[in-house]
Amino acid sequence: MNRRQSLPSPLRNLLVIAALFALSTGAKAAELLNISYDPTREFYTEYNAGFAKYWKAKSGQEVTVQQSHGGSGKQARAVIDGLEADVVTLALANDIDAIAQNGLLPTDWQARFPNNSAPYTSTIVFLVRKGNPRGIKDWNDLVQPGIAVITPNPKTSGGARWNYLAAWAYAEQTLGKDKAKEFVGKLYKNVPVLDSGARGSTTTFVQRGMGDVLIAWENEAYLALKEFGADKFEIVTPSLSILAEPPVAVVESVAIRHGTLALAQAYLRYLYSQEGQEIAGKHFYRPRDPKAAAKYAGQFGNVTLVTIDDIFGGWKKAQTTHFADGGVFDQIYAR
Amino acid sequence: MAGAIQDLTTVRQSTRPRRATEEGPLTRWTLTLLSAGFFTAFLLLPLGAVFAEGLRRGAGLYFRTFTDPATLDAIKLTLFTASIAVPANTLFGVAAAWAITRFEFRGKHFLSTLIDLPLWVSPVIAGLVYVLLFGSQGVLGPWLKAHHWRIIYATPGIVIATVFVTFPFVARGLIPLMQAQGSAEEEAALTLGARGWQVFLRVTLPKIKWGLLYGIILANARAMGEFGAVSVVSGHIRGLTNTVPLQIEILYNEYAFSAAFALASLLSLLALVTLGVKSYVEWRARQQLEQSQS
Repeated sequence: MNRRQSLPSPLRNLLVIAALFALSTGAKAAELLNISYDPTREFYTEYNAGFAKYWKAKSGQEVTVQQSHGGSGKQARAVIDGLEADVVTLALANDIDAIAQNGLLPTDWQARFPNNSAPYTSTIVFLVRKGNPRGIKDWNDLVQPGIAVITPNPKTSGGARWNYLAAWAYAEQTLGKDKAKEFVGKLYKNVPVLDSGARGSTTTFVQRGMGDVLIAWENEAYLALKEFGADKFEIVTPSLSILAEPPVAVVESVAIRHGTLALAQAYLRYLYSQEGQEIAGKHFYRPRDPKAAAKYAGQFGNVTLVTIDDIFGGWKKAQTTHFADGGVFDQIYAR
Repeated sequence: MAGAIQDLTTVRQSTRPRRATEEGPLTRWTLTLLSAGFFTAFLLLPLGAVFAEGLRRGAGLYFRTFTDPATLDAIKLTLFTASIAVPANTLFGVAAAWAITRFEFRGKHFLSTLIDLPLWVSPVIAGLVYVLLFGSQGVLGPWLKAHHWRIIYATPGIVIATVFVTFPFVARGLIPLMQAQGSAEEEAALTLGARGWQVFLRVTLPKIKWGLLYGIILANARAMGEFGAVSVVSGHIRGLTNTVPLQIEILYNEYAFSAAFALASLLSLLALVTLGVKSYVEWRARQQLEQSQS
């Protein structure tokens, strides 16, 4: 008898699978999925809790925000392939443009929120080992022979593209336009390993002890300093760097299907609020709001910031010239 | 005569002439040391490091890892995935092994080669294949979307990818065993009037049970430990689509090193238990095989 009862186990499995499909198809209310890039993990964990409290007080509705983090380009790819993000908070506008080109959100998404849809900014700095044993002060120290530079792969990581462009901007401004390619080429000759995301590079530098200098997001560098102690590392702010504007957008086609459009918009709008800006500053992003910016100004080094529009004529142009297949980065790295 | 033989053995014991197949002590010792050193450096040390790193900040923090909701969800998802992938592949493996060892048909060699496919395809490719198939831009994507069915970046995709990578283990374990055993007993049962299912449950299953268990254990270990294919189809949503190996990577990337290694030690423990059970089952399977041959 027992044997016979154990027979229909394939049937039972089928039922379980069917139930599973049913479960995963019905989107529950008041749930948001935020697909973000690598170094925002700690920031959004705190922000999500803050937003949930605010939203509960405002509307009485409970909200859970799910997070996923990875290289910005990789995350955009997943959203295009069907990862059902209600909002994306990525490292650069180009990655959201790619999602827009696939029809998931309107192409004028950047006009939907203030400040080019970038509620906080950041820049690119260096993290070096304590005492700065290789005497690294500025970008030109990174191209010296024998210096091992850690930076992620610009093909998959948004932060890596900012790193690359910052180096290029420095070369253009100090050495002249025609010297930039050679300078950046020399820099990437000093890179022993290209991780796929910013966080991967940080662990390579910090945990595995590789390299003399890590080119990193400012917030990532300060976070590493906080996590591992100022007795092990120090931050070097170069003379010139790039103003990074990590943008946010509602993935409208998905949010409409989930019935979360209004909630998703409120979620991103709250980033611009006093509390949102405070949390951003606390996690070493540069807040847009003057009051929060003033409060956290003391924690950042002095640096001349140039914009991508000034030097590269916008993301679209920078992307096609430098990072497309066969672009300048491919030419530099192939050699 | 008896005394002469005794003398001969005594002589042999005292001088111990080397057999032609036996290597000299230097070669023997070098080889033993080399493999022992290799074993220590590449297996024991890293395994020890996993446990040491997990416990470095004390047992309290070690066990607190397993109270974190995201980690618990990852463990649940891994168990759930294995609970579908392993039975599904057990069923398939038995069916395939049965077909290959008991019947002659066209394309038999092709089928037995196909079973091995997941072993030679990189897991990343296995994952990407499903993205190409079920993703929004994929072949079935628009249809799935129209019917509000989510496969990749959700649990079904993770289960499917796991089924793919654990595909060969049960069949691979059974085919040699069943080939060696032959089908004499089954034929006898049939002539005595047993039906198909009765033959399978009462004759074949007892004959192959240790080989089957061996395959199931291996499939289970792989199902719980798979990283590559699952990583591609997961979407890495915390508490929803992270399995234990993915959660380990996330914890590591969030500087929660103790938690990452604590969870890693859980997986390593699974590997050690698997190894122990596997050795036992392997031994029983060999016995079964020898019995069938004698």
